[in-house]
Amino acid sequence: MAETTLARLLQKNARDLRDRPAIREKDRGIWQTWTWRQYHDEVRDVALGLAALGFKRGERLSVIGDNRPRLYWAQVAAQSLGGVPVPVYQDSIAKELAFVWNHAECSVIVAEDQEQVDKGLGREDQLTALRLVIYDDPRGMLHYKHDWLRSYQSVQELGREFGAKHPGYFEAEIEKGQPEDVAIICYTSGTTGNPKGVMLTNSNAIALAESFREADDVRPEDNALAYLPMAWAGDAAYTLFLSLVVGFCANCPESPETVQRDLRELGPTTVLAPPRIWENMLTAVQVKAADAPAFKRWIFETFRSAAERAEILRADGKPVPISLRLACMIGNVLVYTPIRDQLGLRRTKWALTGGAPLGPDTFRFFRSIGVNLKQVYGSTETTGLVSLQPSAEANPTTAGRPCPGIEVKIADRGEVLVRGPVIFKGYLKNEEATREVIDADGWFHTGDAGFVDPRGHLVIIDRAKDVGALQDGTPFAPQFIENKLKFSPFIREAVAFGNDRAFVTAMIAIDLNTVGNWAERRGIPYTSYADLSQKPEVCGVIREEIRKGNETLPESTRIRRFLLLTKDLEADDAEMTRTRKVRRSFVAEKYAAVIDAFYSGGRAVELEAAITYEDGRQGVMKSRVQVEDVDARAAAHV
Amino acid sequence: MALVSALLEIRDVSKAFGGVQAVTRVSLEAQKGEILSVIGPNGAGKTTVLNMISGFYHPDTGRIVLEGRDATTLAPSRIAELGIARTFQNIALFRGMTVLDNLLLGRHVHMKTGVLGAFAYWGFAQKEEVAHRRRVEDIIDFLRIQDLRRRPTGSLAYGLQKRVELGRALALDPKILLLDEPMGGCNHEEKEDMARFVLDVNEEWGVTVILIEHDMGVVMDISDRVAVLDMGQKIADGTPDEVRANPRVIKAYLGETKTNAPGGSVG
Repeated sequence: MAETTLARLLQKNARDLRDRPAIREKDRGIWQTWTWRQYHDEVRDVALGLAALGFKRGERLSVIGDNRPRLYWAQVAAQSLGGVPVPVYQDSIAKELAFVWNHAECSVIVAEDQEQVDKGLGREDQLTALRLVIYDDPRGMLHYKHDWLRSYQSVQELGREFGAKHPGYFEAEIEKGQPEDVAIICYTSGTTGNPKGVMLTNSNAIALAESFREADDVRPEDNALAYLPMAWAGDAAYTLFLSLVVGFCANCPESPETVQRDLRELGPTTVLAPPRIWENMLTAVQVKAADAPAFKRWIFETFRSAAERAEILRADGKPVPISLRLACMIGNVLVYTPIRDQLGLRRTKWALTGGAPLGPDTFRFFRSIGVNLKQVYGSTETTGLVSLQPSAEANPTTAGRPCPGIEVKIADRGEVLVRGPVIFKGYLKNEEATREVIDADGWFHTGDAGFVDPRGHLVIIDRAKDVGALQDGTPFAPQFIENKLKFSPFIREAVAFGNDRAFVTAMIAIDLNTVGNWAERRGIPYTSYADLSQKPEVCGVIREEIRKGNETLPESTRIRRFLLLTKDLEADDAEMTRTRKVRRSFVAEKYAAVIDAFYSGGRAVELEAAITYEDGRQGVMKSRVQVEDVDARAAAHV
Repeated sequence: MALVSALLEIRDVSKAFGGVQAVTRVSLEAQKGEILSVIGPNGAGKTTVLNMISGFYHPDTGRIVLEGRDATTLAPSRIAELGIARTFQNIALFRGMTVLDNLLLGRHVHMKTGVLGAFAYWGFAQKEEVAHRRRVEDIIDFLRIQDLRRRPTGSLAYGLQKRVELGRALALDPKILLLDEPMGGCNHEEKEDMARFVLDVNEEWGVTVILIEHDMGVVMDISDRVAVLDMGQKIADGTPDEVRANPRVIKAYLGETKTNAPGGSVG
């Protein structure tokens, strides 16, 4: 019989997969492995320790920190006892954390280290439900004396004692678990208002994993790197749900700074990464190539372009000439395999990108060097999965085919609707919001506008509510335009305006790394982000990039005017969500002066931006910023 | 005065370089487990005192007593073996070597394997290397420099080099850590990190710290005791609050008697 809860799956893995690796953590420079049996015992000890401390069915336990086995175990332990884990973003500011912890009524917080403990204990008077804080790393905790505070180890010791006195308690608690019990609450960052707690059940989690396993090749022998924020539904789906169902090994890197090196050491067989990571990898390769001696650079460029030509032909279903095929075979030995090896992608069977669109150039690069990169589409409310590209149909424009058991249909206004066993149970304490997105027939309204192409692939255009029209009635999809801009390595963020206006304009945040690098190579001195962003040379480069982006857009939705922001858009300033989605209405309000200047023909605008530091302090940054025209002809129209 | 004898005692030491009297009859005591800061204007003789403790210079008069035994004229290598490690005002790392090698080098005084044994790399030599590497990995973890293991130290940012130098001193497993301006030239964040490390070393590993630092904010925050030197003489010694209120200290820093306490970065 198929197991119906995640805790039972853990028991099954401990029984069937026994001494196969379940999770690894790099500690003191060495990969430490726990087998499924050890994983099970670790979870059992924490669970019993929690039980000894009075943790009851339905209570909520939050975890905060980097990806650590102990934090994953704590989540499974909570599930075993019928409790609900609530992972949170460790880089959230105190106010956001307090909101989530109070809203979800978290009584227990499992924190990675002192820094994270401080976020709970420092504001205990505001956290109404909190009664226990457990820390993993004892570093710096010597002088912390608090009734609520316990070390992870002491909880496990307590668990072993409790287990000796109450044999069978853990198993009996797992037995009580139901498929419809909430297995995790993931907070969506929400581009408007407070975050909402998405309740995902055991059956959601298992349905997701089963559907994915049917759509793609994933086995117990596989290895994955667990490095994405634990609070993101994607990580929960991948590192908890899929790993428990399939039985593959999740690997926790040593620290966020060592991810690239750890990736290479590990050579995972499956990789999930947001576009930002792929772009960074490509940039790293390009920088290395640019610094290489001329001959090596020539080899790299020659075979890279051969691979890309072949890839374009292949994607179009055209035959690849024999000479090009031969070049690719040589290139595979000389260039592609070594690059894959350097990036840690040599053994990768499939690699997924999702969460945001990935530039076609970047996408094509990875596919051409032999990385099976594919797009996946999903949202927190669909347990992270709706559609996936089959390996043979990978392309940079679509979101792939709906996965087995998941139905997709397009509503009247182009909104994508999804139905199936992966659709969440509801928002925590917010039935009204739940009713707004799940209709009577069980269709979940994603809020994304899209269509299904003739092949049966889903294509996402933009957020449905953001799609508007220019004054002349031309449809205007801001995200679509922004993505064209963001495909440029020089542009980190862009916000397009144009709804009910005569033409399209954009605010642009440059990418400090690539633009900084570019400036250094040309001997352009700069002191800070703000300074660099206002250099006339930088403005010229960005103008060129916008022209390139414009070429791929219809005449009427081309960008006419733009402005370079003196700071990047930041989640700490509430301009973006933690998953880096622009909070459009907030930004429009905050930068009202800019928009006004765009459409009144202003040449410059006084930017006064309130900035929030990580510790929650506020500051104000003032600067005078030029408003630029993309080309002189357009300026005449203003 | 404490009745138990101090971990380190400096009694009436003086040091002159040619005609310059750098240090005149200075006495200091470091109790086990405390953070003692030595402050003073430039040229007050702070680094000279530190150099005398670490055996770099020998005092003209006076004595240095470590755990009850005389260490006045011992060589720097002998002082290191007795458990005193230091960092330098101007970073003194091996720039071409990796972070890992620099730290392993800090373990040198604890290594017993001879040249031949190390060459064969068998049995004891191998076991010893593993033990030392484990200790070094603890320090790497402690200082959060996991991503820098294989980087040549010369290529690191200044603040990180300071951190690695602290790591090398820690690799000695010292009883007393002498830090000569560990926060000099660091930005605000690097200073905060360094202050955190110094506190943690002191609290968790029980290492006694003697600190020379110009940043008064840091000194007053983390020190158990502060000694003030001026023109080669000790003019005050006490808790941060006592020192802050001492009129001689205020005079030495501000040149005139004012009610303000020394504040901000002096130097």
